[in-house]
Parts: sequence; C-alpha cells; structure tokens
Amino acid sequence: MSDYFNFKQIHLDVLKEIGNIGAGNAATSLSHLINRSVSMDVPVINVVTFDEMMMEIGGKDEVQATVFVQANGDISGNMFFMIPPDEADLFAQLMIGDPSEKVSEGDEIATSAFLELGNILTGSYLRAFSDFTQLDINQSVPHVAIDMVGAMLTQGLLEISTVSDQAIMIETILHDIEGFDQAIKGHFFLLPNPDAYATIFQVLGVHSS
Amino acid sequence: MTQVSEAVKVGIADLNISQHPQTIMTAGLGSCIGLVLYDETNKIAGLVHIMLPDSSMSRNQTFKEAKFADTGLLALLKLLESQGVRKSRLKAKMAGGAQMFNSTNSSEMMRIGYRNAEAVRALLKEQNIPIVAEDCGGNKGRTIEFMIDDSLLKIRTIHEGVTYI
Repeated sequence: MSDYFNFKQIHLDVLKEIGNIGAGNAATSLSHLINRSVSMDVPVINVVTFDEMMMEIGGKDEVQATVFVQANGDISGNMFFMIPPDEADLFAQLMIGDPSEKVSEGDEIATSAFLELGNILTGSYLRAFSDFTQLDINQSVPHVAIDMVGAMLTQGLLEISTVSDQAIMIETILHDIEGFDQAIKGHFFLLPNPDAYATIFQVLGVHSS
Repeated sequence: MTQVSEAVKVGIADLNISQHPQTIMTAGLGSCIGLVLYDETNKIAGLVHIMLPDSSMSRNQTFKEAKFADTGLLALLKLLESQGVRKSRLKAKMAGGAQMFNSTNSSEMMRIGYRNAEAVRALLKEQNIPIVAEDCGGNKGRTIEFMIDDSLLKIRTIHEGVTYI
C-alpha cells in the first residue's frame, strides 16, 4: 500500500480550507443563479480507497447526474459536481421555466441547462481555489453524463492510480435549498492530480515532509 | 429456478475467483475492464477489475497487481492455477472500456477505456486464451455478473437495461 498521501493534519486542514472556500463560492453562485438561499456542509477530507470513495455517494452503481471538468495550469486535477437525476431536473426546470423538460430523461434543453449550471458552479469553485492559492488554474470545457457513480468518478482517479491505491477526497455537500419540497444533495469532488499537492502546499507555505 | 446464492463482489483494481453456485460480479465499470476467465467444465471463474493498460504506468514499486491489465491477468491466472485450473481450459469474456465523457481534445487519459480493451485483447492472445464474447466501448457505465453454471455474462447499464453475452 502506498504512503504517497501520508500527510499530516495541517496538510489536510489546508485542503479542507480549499474545499470550504471553493464550495462556498459555488454556493453563492448557485444562490444568485436561482435567487434562493443555499446551505453548505463543512467540507470532508478523507484519505480513502477507490471503493470507499464510491460508497460515499451511495455505491458504484448509484445513478447520478454529473458535470465533469478538468483543471489545468499550475496544477492539474479533476472536478465533479454530482446530484441525483431528479434533483438535476428541478434545477434545470427552474433555469428554463419549463416543468416538462427533464435532465433525467435526456431532454436536450434541460441537459444543456444542467451542464451550464455545473459549469458555473465548478468554475466558481476553481476560481476561488485559484484566488486563494494565487495559482493559475484553467478549466476545460465541461462534460455531462447521467450514469453509474463508479463509472464516472474513475475518470478522475486515473492519474492518482498511477501512484497510489488511495485518493484524497475533498468533498463538499450543498443542501437545504430554499423553496424545494425535497432535500437537495449536491456533491462537489475535487481530485487534484498527485503532483498538484506539493505545489499547493508550497504556495501556501505548508511544507510537505 | 436459479439457486439463490451470494455473489462474490470484486472491487476496483481487485480480483477474485468463485465457483458455482456462487456468481462473481463487479459494479460501475466505466473506462475500466471487467475481465472474466472461466473453466466451463469445472465451473470455476475468476474476475479482475482493471483500471489501466500497463504496469509501466505505475510510478510506485509496489502496487495492486489487479490495477493493470498485464499484471492483473497474470495474477488472476496464478490464482486460478493455484486452484488446479489448467490454462488450456480457460476462456474469456470481458466488458467495459467505455469513454464516459465525450471530449474533443482527447487526452491520453480520456481515451483510456479504448487502450484498456486493446491491451487486454493483446494479452489474452499472447496467453492463447480465446475471447468468447465482449461488450466494450461506448459511453455507458456497466455492472457485470458472471453466471458460472451457464457461462453467461450479465451486463446491466442505466439506459439500456440488462443484456447477456
């Protein structure tokens, strides 16, 4: 088993702060976009096996609507925004004002609205990350899919898997969105590539051992 | 009626073997490959959940063998042979190797599903193990379960339901 991610508490705290600032900014963007209040959980930083990571969001064949972007620049990594398909429907319908359009059924306009939503949220997250660290981070074009969690998240684990059997999961959950009858649960997963950590810790003045 | 019995579950970058009346399965394959090697006569099968095509990609000395196609296949063969299975009896079925997110600027890692499938086919050819059936590629996640008694691979996808190969 690799000890590549054998970080001290202070390193995990730094990553937690990144999750906090990033998702906080994304929550604010979402709140502006839909004109409603949005709450967010304290970020969770876990060093987990790949299987444990999938369990965190309900198991490998749990279905989620997902927007995936790649980050490049001074550091590289992958970012996911995942939400249950029926909740993605609610957001898309709110954005386009048509309750018959469904992301979960592959309707084009709803899917495109959801993709744009994910693009804005991941963009806000990464911009806050970039501002906080002063690192130059560019976001790729966003991709959308509705499929099994395991199948989609693995895409973000490929680089990591060349150095470790574990991943650091920087996870933040959005919830309690004003005016929805059902509880909304949107997950942000930030998965920096292995080489990104040394850069992040260096610019923030936390030396890795 | 099929007997109700537990399926052996194989995790990501892991492998295991199973015997009838049990089945063996792995969930949520995207770009990964689920490779099943089975001995029809003795009703024994092994499954490996492969993430990457070649162990030369590892930047560590130590790694889970099942993670890579080359080391994963050898490790599964070794495990099967330790149970008395003869390689000459083995046949293969495989699924996965999808590209979950369509990308125009396809980086190497975005095309990994295709490379995984190619690598597994080449390795099986090298070992003289015939591929009886496969369902690879596309852009869908797959959960697979191998029914050892009739050598059928059950493939479940979100948008297309269940098929058997």
